Order: sequence, then structure tokens, then C-alpha cells
Amino acid sequence: MQDYIDSDSDPGPVLRGNERTVKILIVGHMGAGKTTAVQAVSEIRPIKTEEVMTTAGSGIDRADLPHKTTTTVAMDFGRVNLNEELVLYLFGAPGQTRFFDILEDLAHGALGALVLCDPRHLAETYPILDLVEELGLTYVIAVNEFDGADRYTEERLREVMELAPSIPLVFCDARSRLSTRDALIALVQHLLTKLPEPVR
Amino acid sequence: MTARRRGGDRLVATYVVTGGRSSPTRNTLDQITLISLSSSAPYLSRSDLNEEQNKILGHLARGAQSVIELGAFLHLPLAVIRVLLCDLIESGHIAASGRRITDGPAEGPDRNTLEAVLAGLHRL
Ligand SMILES: Nc1nc2c(ncn2[C@@H]2O[C@H](COP(=O)(O)OP(=O)(O)OP(=O)(O)O)[C@@H](O)[C@H]2O)c(=O)[nH]1
Ligand SMILES: [Mg+2]
Repeated sequence: MQDYIDSDSDPGPVLRGNERTVKILIVGHMGAGKTTAVQAVSEIRPIKTEEVMTTAGSGIDRADLPHKTTTTVAMDFGRVNLNEELVLYLFGAPGQTRFFDILEDLAHGALGALVLCDPRHLAETYPILDLVEELGLTYVIAVNEFDGADRYTEERLREVMELAPSIPLVFCDARSRLSTRDALIALVQHLLTKLPEPVR
Repeated sequence: MTARRRGGDRLVATYVVTGGRSSPTRNTLDQITLISLSSSAPYLSRSDLNEEQNKILGHLARGAQSVIELGAFLHLPLAVIRVLLCDLIESGHIAASGRRITDGPAEGPDRNTLEAVLAGLHRL
């Protein structure tokens, strides 16, 4: 396990520039544990970015107009080198539909999404599932087992959430590197099952 | 990043940084495209570059970086960092690894990539 690098803008292990890069989105409602999960797995000190978004018009070319409504979207991102040639980026992004444009940009070319949810706030996850589906992302639901939260069986959760059997649901502790990694593994395994059978 | 609440001010400032353009005309750089200094970068003049672009080159001197990381280090929104980077590609100072967002839909991940990711995750 790698220690966090805590100088202010330490860029982490040096990249050559010819590595392959892949990304996975970690989405979820407020307080679901997105930031915690990105931190748990990242080898660089996770970076919080704020993307400025205009709520009227498009682009920033009219930014000189007065009373322009803008909003900032906080995103976390982390990075982990999977091998010499392959770098995984993790993006913790808010699941509100009003951030659709930014999420769409992020989702482009992403492997898939991990949808984190706090079992005490299941209903908050429903709109996020719709959103992720609209983005065309393959996803796995990771139920973040908070201390003190009631424990439900997978069966019960599926029933309450009316989940299709084809959507994997796993449990995790977003604070744990291994547990979060295992949730990511579940996602990648699910992605592999969705590929067409290799021709022999 | 405490002094970052002034969205409006920043927008005006970034508007100036990019010379008023908000998006590059060519296909867009993905957030995880890796950017590195080109081999000719040491020989090219930097006198026409703005402060932000010089900062980008400074960061890249330590190694390649993804578009999103450069944006975060420079505290610039993605739309702005993309424009600055595209200009630096054009001027020959930097090179981008293969990946771009084009207008078409993204192809899904292929089996080899997924298997490599899976093996990598298992090793963590
Ligand atoms: N016990 C327990 N606490 C957790 C777990 N995951 C996150 N937390 C705590 O829950 C709180 C919220 O977690 P965050 O990671 O900030 O959640 P978030 O989804 O990034 O929240 P926002 O960015 O505000 O939407 C923090 O205080 C975490 O320490 C977990 O698995 N178990
Ligand atoms: Mg957060």
C-alpha cells in the first residue's frame, strides 16, 4: 500500500507520456463516500478540482457579460499506475443532473462507473442510476457500509431498489483501499462479461 | 484552494488568457490524454507564449501529465486548459498521447485493456 504523498501539488510517480490511460467514474449522492473512495485508491494525493460551469448559454465566451450565472462543480480525481504501461484515473463526480454536461464530458471514453451509495439514503441513488444509464455507462452499485448503518442483505437491497438482476451490487468500505479496489474489480469483471464473446 | 469562489472574476481572467476563445476548433483533448514536452521544445522560442503556457511547460519539465492534472495545478477550468494546450501542440512545444475526444461516439473498452486493468487492480 502506498502512502499518500502530501506535499501540496506533488504530481506523484513520473509518467513518460506514452502510457495508456483509462478512467473510471465514481459517482454517488452527497456524502456517499466518493472523495473517500478516490483517496483510498489513489497513488497521487487526490486532487480536488472545481470546474466552472455556466448555467446559461454555452462556453465561456460570454463571460464578460454581467450577471452571468455560474456554478462550480467539485470533482476529485486520483491516479494509480496499474503497470508500467497503464494508468488508471479515478474521478469522483457529483451525481446531480444539473451537472450533466460535465458528467458527459467525463463519461466519454470511461470504462464504466462505480455508483456509491449510503444504505441510509437509498432513494438518493435512484436518480443517479438514471443519470448513469443516460450517460451510457456500464456500472456496478457499491453499497458503502457506514458505521452504525443498518445492514441489509443484498437480496433486500435489490428488492427495495428494484434492481435488475443483471446489475451487480457489492458492499464496500470506501475508507479501505482493498475494499474499494474490490468494488472496482467487480466493475471490471462486469465489463468483461458485457463484451461480445471472443471469436475462436 | 480557498480563494476559488469568485467564479465570475475567474471567468473574465480566463477569457483573457485564451484570447477570447472558449473551445479549440480541432477535436478536443480528453481529460486523461497525457501531455509531454516535445523533443523540439528546448529549441523553440517561448517569447510568444503567455504566462500560463510557460507554467504548463514548467510542469511538464518534471514529466508527462494528464490534461486534467495540468488544469488542476494551474487552477484553470478544463475548457481553458484545453485551448492553451492545443495552441502549444500547434506551436510544437508539446505532444499529446493518442487519445482525443472526437465528435463520434467513444468505442467501448476492449478485452485486452479490461484484462490488463483487472490484473493491475488485483496487484494493488
Ligand atoms: N464509517 C464509514 N464512513 C465513511 C465511509 N465512507 C465515507 N465515510 C465518511 O463519510 C463522510 C462522507 O464521505 P465523503 O467521501 O466525503 O463523501 P462524498 O461522496 O465525497 O461527499 P460529497 O462530496 O459531499 O458529495 C466522510 O466523513 C467519510 O469519512 C465508510 O465506508 N464507512
Ligand atoms: Mg466529496
